[in-house]
Amino acid sequence: MAEGERVHPYIPNSVPEVKARMLAEIGIDDIDTLYEDIPEELRFRGKLNIPDGLTSEIALKRHVERILSKNQTCGEKVSFLGGGCYQHYVPAVCDEISGRSEFLTAYAGEPYEDHGRFQALFEYQSLMGELLEMDVVNVPTYDWGQAASTSVRMAGRITGRKVILVADTVSPDRLKVIRTYCEPVMRIELVGHSSDTAGLDMGDLGGRLNDSVAGLYLENPTYLGTVEESGRAIADALHGNGSLMIVGADPICLGLLAPPSQYGADIACGDIQSLGNHVYFGGALGGFIATHDDEKYVMEYPSRLFGICRTERAGEWGFSDVAYGRTSFAVREQGKEFVGTAATLYGISAAVYLSLMGPEGMRELDQNIMQKSQYAMKRLSELEGVRLRFDAFHFKEFVVDFSATGRTVGAINNALLAQGIFGGKDLGDDFDELEGCALYAVTEVLTREDIDRLVDALMAYLS
Amino acid sequence: MKKLGLIVNPVAGMGGAVGLKGTDGPELLQRAEQLGALPQAGKRAEQAIAALSPLADSLELLTFSGSMGEAAAATCGIKPQVIGSGSSPRTTPEDTAEAARRMATHGVDLLLFAGGDGTARDVCDAIGTSLTALGIPAGVKIQSAVFANSPAAAGRAAESFLSGRIRREKEAEVMDINEDDYRREILSTRLYGYLKIPDARRLLQGGKSASAPDERAIQQAIAAELVEQMTEDRCYIVGPGTTCRPLMEMLGLDYSLLGIDMIRGRRLIGKDMSEREILGKMVDGNCSLILTPVGGQGFLLGRGNQQISPAVIKKVGKQNIIVAATAEKLSSLRGRPLLVDTGDAETDSYLCGYYRVVTGYRDTTVYKVSDCA
Amino acid sequence: MDIQTGSRLRNFHQAKWDEEVIFELSTPGQRGIHIPEVETEIAGLVGDGISKIPAAMRRATAPALPEVGQMRVLKHFLRLSQQNLGADLNVDIGQGTCTIKYNPKINEKIAGSPKAQDIHPYQHASTVQGALRVIYELDLFLREISGLDRFSLQPSSGSHAILTMAAIMHKYHEVRGQADTRDELITTIFSHPSDAAAAAVKGYRIITLYPDEQGMPDLEALKAAVSERTAGLFITNPEDTGIFNPEIAEFTRIVHEAGGICGYDQANANGILGITRAREADFDLCFFNLHKTFAGPHGCGGPGAGALGATEELADYLPVPLVGLDGDSYFLDYEVPHSIGKVRSFFGAFPVILRSYAWVLSMGAKGLEETARIAVLNNNYLLKKISEIDGAASPYTGGKRRIEQVRYSWEKLYEETGIDTHDVTHRLADFGFHLWQSHHPFVVPQPFTIEPTESYSKDELDEYLDGLRHVVQEARTEPETVKRAPHNSVVHKIDESSMDDPEKWAVTWRAFLKKHGEDAAKIRG
Repeated sequence: MAEGERVHPYIPNSVPEVKARMLAEIGIDDIDTLYEDIPEELRFRGKLNIPDGLTSEIALKRHVERILSKNQTCGEKVSFLGGGCYQHYVPAVCDEISGRSEFLTAYAGEPYEDHGRFQALFEYQSLMGELLEMDVVNVPTYDWGQAASTSVRMAGRITGRKVILVADTVSPDRLKVIRTYCEPVMRIELVGHSSDTAGLDMGDLGGRLNDSVAGLYLENPTYLGTVEESGRAIADALHGNGSLMIVGADPICLGLLAPPSQYGADIACGDIQSLGNHVYFGGALGGFIATHDDEKYVMEYPSRLFGICRTERAGEWGFSDVAYGRTSFAVREQGKEFVGTAATLYGISAAVYLSLMGPEGMRELDQNIMQKSQYAMKRLSELEGVRLRFDAFHFKEFVVDFSATGRTVGAINNALLAQGIFGGKDLGDDFDELEGCALYAVTEVLTREDIDRLVDALMAYLS
Repeated sequence: MKKLGLIVNPVAGMGGAVGLKGTDGPELLQRAEQLGALPQAGKRAEQAIAALSPLADSLELLTFSGSMGEAAAATCGIKPQVIGSGSSPRTTPEDTAEAARRMATHGVDLLLFAGGDGTARDVCDAIGTSLTALGIPAGVKIQSAVFANSPAAAGRAAESFLSGRIRREKEAEVMDINEDDYRREILSTRLYGYLKIPDARRLLQGGKSASAPDERAIQQAIAAELVEQMTEDRCYIVGPGTTCRPLMEMLGLDYSLLGIDMIRGRRLIGKDMSEREILGKMVDGNCSLILTPVGGQGFLLGRGNQQISPAVIKKVGKQNIIVAATAEKLSSLRGRPLLVDTGDAETDSYLCGYYRVVTGYRDTTVYKVSDCA
Repeated sequence: MDIQTGSRLRNFHQAKWDEEVIFELSTPGQRGIHIPEVETEIAGLVGDGISKIPAAMRRATAPALPEVGQMRVLKHFLRLSQQNLGADLNVDIGQGTCTIKYNPKINEKIAGSPKAQDIHPYQHASTVQGALRVIYELDLFLREISGLDRFSLQPSSGSHAILTMAAIMHKYHEVRGQADTRDELITTIFSHPSDAAAAAVKGYRIITLYPDEQGMPDLEALKAAVSERTAGLFITNPEDTGIFNPEIAEFTRIVHEAGGICGYDQANANGILGITRAREADFDLCFFNLHKTFAGPHGCGGPGAGALGATEELADYLPVPLVGLDGDSYFLDYEVPHSIGKVRSFFGAFPVILRSYAWVLSMGAKGLEETARIAVLNNNYLLKKISEIDGAASPYTGGKRRIEQVRYSWEKLYEETGIDTHDVTHRLADFGFHLWQSHHPFVVPQPFTIEPTESYSKDELDEYLDGLRHVVQEARTEPETVKRAPHNSVVHKIDESSMDDPEKWAVTWRAFLKKHGEDAAKIRG
């Protein structure tokens, strides 16, 4: 720091006298001496092309807010976007708790100084366990894609097999994530779906089952919003082949819909963004993985699992890591995977969310979403040239087929945007057979008025 | 209430002070006594027991009468349960073994024994790895890894183990030095066996990365890698040690934990072999040698596997030596190289260089091997 | 032992609420929050919405979630938060390798704006120009700091960035028809363990190099390790010991010569911002942890972000989409010829990215360099002071300077007193301090790792030092106090015996009730 410059508010020891005292203690004259082991040819002697620091909060806030003001938000407009990131209501208490310094700025303390973190995460696991009806749930990983990827690798280790079947109605983005993570150690084969209902093609599944198949990964509801009804039959086919059933699910639907374990899933996974976390440009994701309490499964989790126990003081709850020195049963597993910073804070928001909701809240919420989405489906399907692509039960998302209108989804969405509406995601890029189709999501934050606005805007544009 | 067993070999260490190297056998002991040696193992045991005082109220001490433990306990103000007595006037190795067997019958949670390598050998004969044990160093020769660094350290480790602060165990080597050679200044060590000791590594919760799997799991991963690399027509000479044991188990073969075995076509073609037998079964140019460091100093050759002679090594060829070791073992060397001491300087210098060391499944390190020069 | 006058130590006591598990607070009928009722027109048109659920997909029994009023839920989690130390509260320098620095509150304000929280990733690009600009400009800043040519902000953490590097390395060799033959990844034991673990996920064989007796990565070992099977090198520098490997350029030269690619783990970059860069050391890839060096809060273990940079050649392999600028409009760029695909849904942990963007703006070029220099000054001040504590040491020094952190050892203390590094950790909790050991395996015996960063004042560093000295003194005078610690923390010694026993462990409340139902009733009466 040059003479006369102000000490940065974030760097207290820049005060020249303090610096001098510390240098004297070390026994050197210049901080540069501490870099003497870095060879000169590796020293960067240029100037970083980064603007001068906005060291006052006022200047910084003004600058960044001006940039962010270019964003148009789902709150300002009406949004029907989903596809893996959802505008569900975030209760005020969730923000209050996840914003607490004690949680926000903590990291990897012991169960003693960070008892609160351990308990909150144990409760997160427990609340998710009730929703999923499974006894083991991990501390959150990055996102659903990662949770699915790790579930697939766990299935590979548990069965000692290398092929994983994936229903082709999963999220295309997640499929890309799974491929990056699992190939080439595992081989991925896609299983087709019924073009009418988007249900899994049981014939295709049967034809692919053999003794190299570790399991099947499917999402329910599917990425296309349809609810798979043949879960039990799929589970039976897999189990008959010694393969595992892995089901990805948005947990928010489980207030009324069957959890994957109810129809035979061995591993459940998904994202907790829906549970008390904001949409955040798709940046506030967190993945969960759940299994039954079987040592063979527990030992294959790469994630941390917090457990409850007692302390030496009667009546006190203690928390700690379950099976911390976890050892894979599969000696030949390729890749032990890894654990580190992931998405823990979102697990705490999800715990607060589920604690607030309770069973009745979850039931009401799901009913609300189903009624509104069914309302939107019905109203939209009445429009000329517009039809619903799949004949199935839907939870909150559904595919709207505009191909008979003669307009592209892009053109329709531009027209809607002009009316302050974010139309559904164009599916044509990811699914050849869904050219002219869009994925619409309806959540509890939308009102009848919002849905009617969409219908009216479409009617006006398409006529 | 935890049960702690204590065995003191009262004559251990008596040779040291009077310049004798060990007290194995009645004649030597007599000489030591004639030279004025005084018993000191009891004192050392007391130092260990003193470190156990935090557990005083929750501990039951089982021992043999008099100098085999009762006296040391009494000095520390503990009234032990005496479960037997040794020979009089002088105790024998059989007394140590008998005491160890009785400790097993009584199901002690931990057996502390004060003595040297010979005592460890006797304990090993009696209980093998059926009990958790730990040595209080009190003998002249301490080459075995079953001893703590000092009597106080032994006591502290025992306290940590009994109070549950240390929960893991591991197998540690009992080494046997040929006393006759030793007295002639020739260090001729043999791997005698294993005892199960508390693993001082503690599992601390709250870490930000997964902890290391336990030693046994790592050894199995190493074995998986070794098995995968094996080819049918090749002949494999397998050195001693726990790191090599899971390999034989994985192949479903009988083996000698302490000796040299040979495999070909995944079948055992020789067990506990002498140098001559090894040379006899070797096929030129088609032999590999699987080695693991033995003992704390990181000796690959020359400690406990002298059967693998310079002649054997020459026939195998340096490029066909496969080294296996846990990362824990390598870490304990603190950057020091692995060592070879075959007794032949030329062979030793031939063996120097960098080796791929198998540390797990698809997991290796490149590590330096040096001679002792 | 009482705190002596003149000591900076506090008579600390952590909050202790003896708080129930949330399920114990349940009273049937209580509500934490209401859902709006649907409009009558909706119900009129579609009915109850539920009866159409296919029978097989109807939930059999309602989830056994607790039923708790809103204030009690708030109070419960607030109490839990008080039973947690955060970096905002303590002198959090004992969590080495994690760069626990100040996470400015203004950045929280900015990240909490609806303009950041309420934008959907599938919105039309024209409606998210602000967000795209943030990503684009942070990429530019990171290019400056590393000297590399393009960054992806998609990876979710440092380990995730390593996985992404491994995927890129794999694809790179695949494009050259060598994916099957180049199957070995080289790293060092003082690199982060994820450098090996994440690469192994992609199927790589791992070769780990140990330091030589001076603690330096062994160049000769590297030479012996490379071959036509070498896929690449992932190496942390400065290593977790705080030592900068002066031969790093020689490492990359040897690996490049063997046909491998080099990934620079810059998780420990806080002491070298503006001082030395991946470019000069000739790396092909490098990554920074935005939640460490770039002041993102750690969130109890995430969200984080691993910003991954590449040279021009390897930028063609980065995950999609990147953010481009066309004239004056930002766009999502999917035209990445050899892209590995995706490692995370959407575009990265936006709230983390936004905070780091704000942090770089608040520091500027000069502030970044001052960050590094003061972080190094603080570290070497602590090194001097800790080396004077009888019982502590900094092995593997080899006469080398330390950059931003040091891996110390309590070996001498342990040998002399039986107090090990875990005991010290637990006792320090009584003064509101945290101390972390090391990754496994413990190469340094009885390790502890301290990284003071630039954020703490000299007074705070001195307070922490007093804590270390106090515990060391107690270890010699009243070891039981240390062993039985913590005394002033939230809970007492935890009985961990059930944690490794499948019959007893309980990862959820429902599992606990199944295994220990009677005990649960007994504990709480």
